[in-house]
Amino acid sequence: MKRRDFLRTSIGGGLAAGAALKMGGFEKLWTSTSTAAKYDMVAVMGGSPDAMFDLGIQELGGMGSFVQKGQKVLIKPNIGWDVIPELAANTNPLLVKRIIEHCFKAGAKEVYVFDHTCDNWVNCYKNSGIEKIAKSAGAKVVPANSESYYQQIEIPGGIKLQKAKVHQLLLETDVFINVPVLKDHNSTRMTCCLKNAMGLVWDRGYWHSNDLNQCIADFALYEKKPALNVIDCYNVMVKHGPQGVSKEDIVLMKSQILTTDWVAGDAAAAKMLGVAVEKIEYIPIAHKMGLGNMNLDSLNIKRIKM
Amino acid sequence: MSSSILRRIRIVFSTLVFIFFVLVFVDFKSLIPSNYINTLMFLQFVPSVLKFYDLKTLAAGGFLVVLILTFVTGRTYCSFLCPLGIGQDFNSRIGGRLKKKFRRYGFKKPFTILRYTILAVTLVVTLVWGVYMITLLDPYSIYGRIMTYFAKPVIIIINNFLAGILGKFDIYTLSNVPVKGFPLIVYSIPAAFFLLVGGLSLTKGRLYCNMICPVGTFLGLISKISLFRIKFNESACTRCGRCAMRCKSSCIDFLKPDVDVTRCVSCFNCIHTCQDNAISYGIVSFKKKAHVTDESRRKVIVGTLFLLFGISRVANSQNKTAPKPKKDSTVKENKTCPVCPPGGVGIVDFNKDCIACSLCINICPNGVLQPAYKQYGIAGIMQPVMDYHKSFCTYNCTKCTEICPTNALHPLLLEAKKLTQLGKAKFIKDNCIVKTEKTACGACSESCPTKAVHMIPYEGNLVIPEVTEDICIGCGHCEFACPTVPYKAIYVDGNPVHVAAKKPENVQSEIKTPVEFPF
Repeated sequence: MKRRDFLRTSIGGGLAAGAALKMGGFEKLWTSTSTAAKYDMVAVMGGSPDAMFDLGIQELGGMGSFVQKGQKVLIKPNIGWDVIPELAANTNPLLVKRIIEHCFKAGAKEVYVFDHTCDNWVNCYKNSGIEKIAKSAGAKVVPANSESYYQQIEIPGGIKLQKAKVHQLLLETDVFINVPVLKDHNSTRMTCCLKNAMGLVWDRGYWHSNDLNQCIADFALYEKKPALNVIDCYNVMVKHGPQGVSKEDIVLMKSQILTTDWVAGDAAAAKMLGVAVEKIEYIPIAHKMGLGNMNLDSLNIKRIKM
Repeated sequence: MSSSILRRIRIVFSTLVFIFFVLVFVDFKSLIPSNYINTLMFLQFVPSVLKFYDLKTLAAGGFLVVLILTFVTGRTYCSFLCPLGIGQDFNSRIGGRLKKKFRRYGFKKPFTILRYTILAVTLVVTLVWGVYMITLLDPYSIYGRIMTYFAKPVIIIINNFLAGILGKFDIYTLSNVPVKGFPLIVYSIPAAFFLLVGGLSLTKGRLYCNMICPVGTFLGLISKISLFRIKFNESACTRCGRCAMRCKSSCIDFLKPDVDVTRCVSCFNCIHTCQDNAISYGIVSFKKKAHVTDESRRKVIVGTLFLLFGISRVANSQNKTAPKPKKDSTVKENKTCPVCPPGGVGIVDFNKDCIACSLCINICPNGVLQPAYKQYGIAGIMQPVMDYHKSFCTYNCTKCTEICPTNALHPLLLEAKKLTQLGKAKFIKDNCIVKTEKTACGACSESCPTKAVHMIPYEGNLVIPEVTEDICIGCGHCEFACPTVPYKAIYVDGNPVHVAAKKPENVQSEIKTPVEFPF
């Protein structure tokens, strides 16, 4: 009972804080204390994707903690598959839309959205529902289908992956927000924060043929890291991932995880999926490489139920 | 009617038709709906005949309209509807501009033996062996290939150039489209025809149409009994010869004066150019008909017999190189059978109906349809084949089946297409990264839309692919995604005849909606 009470009060507190924010227009106050977030991770359960994000980002100090006025923002959802939103192979479009809105509210100059898709990119952008909703929210939905959009970068310290071609917008934007959808994955067991970064690069075949798990961890070494990871666990594909076959693969989890530490985010996501963290090889590898903390016990996590 | 309005109507109408044909063939973003394309293709003579033969329905009876049109008006098809013909007119115009002085065509004798022989051979080969000659000579197909092989890449390069400039200004309405060429050898035939048709039209007007084109020759024969024709008012005619000089078909003998109706494409330039109003277009008077030339008929028969011997050998040698579909595939690393596009039903069936117009190759949003060079044998050169090293077949797409003008690809509903097995994925364990490198991969299974390719436990924490063939639809996404080189660890072996795949079964996951955070 104590726990529930705690949750209740915390929700109340969160709502109160939110209300205060909205009324008082204290955004500037929050932006000034930007990196001093109270929590390492905020987990929200029980609402719609957009409402959960509203609550979660508030706990992290509002979008102003991550996006400064006049900055260019890259939002990288998963749009990898030519699949309708209900089948949850791609990030929930409502969530993408809400994040874009928060970015603009925080004063972002431009917000870009793209993914290097696995299926035909035009169909993916369209049928995922993300292109339309992101455009309507004012973001620029950018193609990533041609090598001409990618630029070579170095990854010093990478064990298997020392070079990669990344989308030019990753280099040109100021803030990178990673918005993966949690899914089962046939070979790595799970795709979430770290693996979502594969959609930033051109030659994924190299990763697949050169120790996929190590490459996934190696890429996290690259200097441009996500300022924020928003994990969509609203509908979760628990098998036949990452593409899915039918709605039987989907479990409604109505959850969302926000964190600045993508290794921690993946560790929490693994628990949601019910897979031992050690089984998902790239998580312990990334942890050992010092790219994040997979020990959730040592983190300050805020849990909210709506 | 004697005014030049007929010519103007022709120019406006044919320009519109041509613009549509260009748009359809350079539409690399698949923006044009299939039904628009089908409407445009309805009146294309050869495709319509083949489709009618296949479906036996009046819905494919566009060629009947063309026949009636020709019976009434002569070879208006060649000037108003044939994209290759209209394209030649544009080219002739350019040729006229290049020659600064007024270009003169003048009356030429017809290539009677040649053209009737080509027509006869085409007919005989088509009836006896198959569509090979039509593939080669049908004007619509020639046009389609020229556009697909030469014009579309140019358009894409222009698009990419513009997309690059716009991208600099942060505008992404245009996107870069990777240009992917075909195997070099398949360019030979379209290039030869491009040069032949282009060269002839640049200097000699409609000579290709009146010397080689079997459709032109055939419609010319019907034109012999057409109702409306170019007529001379002999009393008004001053024998100035202007009409003959302007005649793209070189078919006006102004001294008689007379028009060779088998070659006249009803362009109406002569009416426009005649200063004495001596030429008009109207119902012919059959009072004194010039005696029908038995000569040409004889030549047809002689020519046919003459060439039958030669052609039979060629066709037979073609048959030998055609793939012999096998039921069982035992050779693991070799494709025993090419994969023919969805809706093709089976390779033999498909090969005999396809005239390689390349429309499907154009329309495919994924670029998986590639012109064959050896896959179907010599007879099937330039016909579309699924090339899974280039791309894969999108699960949610039926585009190519919707627009085939000859019905070589039958229309498939999406649900049916998703259960049509074009081929089966074959796994070569010894090539697989998981075995050779002992690291995780799974690119094939990740891509598989039906999970026919799935992962099973291997050594340690590793998983390795396995194929459930009966739910595989042969889309080739696994083969495309497989990162091994030069040989893939998984590939699709085509089905000689497409079969129905089993629907993938799926059960609800046992994982329940959580009520508490598990961490």
